[in-house]
Amino acid sequence: MTWIFENWERFWEVTEVHLRLSVVPVLIGFVLAIPLGWWASRSQTARAILFPFANILFTIPSIALIVITPVLLGVKILDEINVIVPLAVYTLALMIRSVADALSAVPGNVVAAANAMGFRPLRRFLTVDFPLALPVTIAGLRVATMSNISMVSVGALVGLGGYGQLFTEGYQTDHTEKVLAGLIGTVVLAVLADGLLLLIGRLLTPWARAGR
Amino acid sequence: MPGYAERVKVFGIYIQGDPIGVVVTTGGIRRVIEFRAVTKRFEDGTIAVDELDLTVEAGTITVFVGPSGCGKTTSLRMVNRMIDPTSGTILVDGKDVLTVDPPTLRRGIGYVIQQAGLFPHRTVLDNIATVPLLSGWDKRKARTRAAELLEIVGLDANFGKRYPAQLSGGQQQRVGVARALAADPPVLLMDEPFSAVDPVVREDLQNELLRLQAELDKTIVFVTHDIDEALKLGERVAVFQTGGHLAQYARPTELLAAPANDFVASFVGRDRGYRTLTFLHADVPVHPVTTAKLGERVTVTDWTLVVDETNRPKGWLSGVDGEVEVAEKDLISGGSLYDGSTLRGALDAALSSPSALGVVVDDVGAVTGVVKADDVIQALAKARAAGEVPK
Repeated sequence: MTWIFENWERFWEVTEVHLRLSVVPVLIGFVLAIPLGWWASRSQTARAILFPFANILFTIPSIALIVITPVLLGVKILDEINVIVPLAVYTLALMIRSVADALSAVPGNVVAAANAMGFRPLRRFLTVDFPLALPVTIAGLRVATMSNISMVSVGALVGLGGYGQLFTEGYQTDHTEKVLAGLIGTVVLAVLADGLLLLIGRLLTPWARAGR
Repeated sequence: MPGYAERVKVFGIYIQGDPIGVVVTTGGIRRVIEFRAVTKRFEDGTIAVDELDLTVEAGTITVFVGPSGCGKTTSLRMVNRMIDPTSGTILVDGKDVLTVDPPTLRRGIGYVIQQAGLFPHRTVLDNIATVPLLSGWDKRKARTRAAELLEIVGLDANFGKRYPAQLSGGQQQRVGVARALAADPPVLLMDEPFSAVDPVVREDLQNELLRLQAELDKTIVFVTHDIDEALKLGERVAVFQTGGHLAQYARPTELLAAPANDFVASFVGRDRGYRTLTFLHADVPVHPVTTAKLGERVTVTDWTLVVDETNRPKGWLSGVDGEVEVAEKDLISGGSLYDGSTLRGALDAALSSPSALGVVVDDVGAVTGVVKADDVIQALAKARAAGEVPK
């Protein structure tokens, strides 16, 4: 702990990078997962293509994806894109299923009622289907965010920032305090992010706790 | 029946824009929904509805009834284009529904679905305001209208802020009805709306619907698989047969008296003679009855009806020797009470009474006499002779 206070500026700097490298991919992956998940919830064919593909993506080791990305995208090995893209891919792979399951779980008679009331498709999606899918979707988002916060550290192996740097440096210089600082930072960040998502979820879905 | 102008006066609000669903006069009879040679064949080849010709008249409750797979729900859903027919035409007030864009058509036709299908994430008030908001009313006007509707369907104003999950099944279905009525559509489609609630609540909802309809005068198409519900609610009942055939389209009394074929006869049920009594209001002679009050000393010779201070029935007394003091513990509980409504009520009162004498009560529940089963049978015979029972 003392290391953190003695090196507050450094610690804050890696925290910022770590946060950026984990949150930006979640946002990108989530936004892309909404239309794909919607498609998978409506079409058997889409499911048959998207789900196995998402599973395969998820099994590629993160270090391999981080190393391949610059080759595929033609960017420098030290560009943050190299962590953002692979992590966005993981989030996407995870969230397609979450979004698809969440949308499929919207009760059939509610959907039928919405159609019978005269909703047009886009409005129905935005004001009925998607809000009702939020509890399950946010649960998926929490898992994706946790997994991203832990995986960002791998980026340090190719020289990128975040708490991973504290791990590699601490390991090389035999500086246990530094490793511990990175660990504490990761856990605190994960807990805070999870709490925040939980709170957002509660604020967005007051109805979900309105049971008898 | 109130016309368009009167409806406006009653509710102050009417569906805007496309005039689909407005009652018009065509040659004396106002027709609202017409099925002309309507057939629906699904992709797998099954025929859900086969050459359906039927006219649902304005301002009536018309019930589509039949076993599952008979095409009743498919027929209903073709009216607001939830399903489109394979061939044939459906006209709502003379206008082919296929020429109207589905969302626009649906906003002009109320729809009540099984288990209410309320939006769980919206408050009761917002649920009711759905169609007005979709039709572009401003939020305040839509809310005001929703609050009015809440009252019309018999729910307290404080339900408005609750979520559907906080309501019982019966309350949810009331909200479902309110939501369907919000934009005051002249046509209401009800798809097995009361099938998921318990029998007591179902009866409440049925009575409520009849009460509402007496005020609102909508054209209602009601789908059910329950023949009792059909006979109770329907002014006209369309019995559908497996394979999508319309077996009979008639008034409930005609259906009971003269089923068109064996299918209808068996579907209407074995006790249709008894059910016919539901539709008869003939006079049954009321006989005097010996009554006694609790605590009185009486000599019991025959069945004696024990009443309270206000002359309401408490039970029967029988089989005691000599002079006794009337005590609560000696009472034999009575059967159903006859309030002078239908012959069915009179017969049931007689059949369910331990003394075989049906207790007749007035508006306030006081005993006025008794009826006998034989008299009911005779009243039925008289009604038949007078042509009140359709042949």
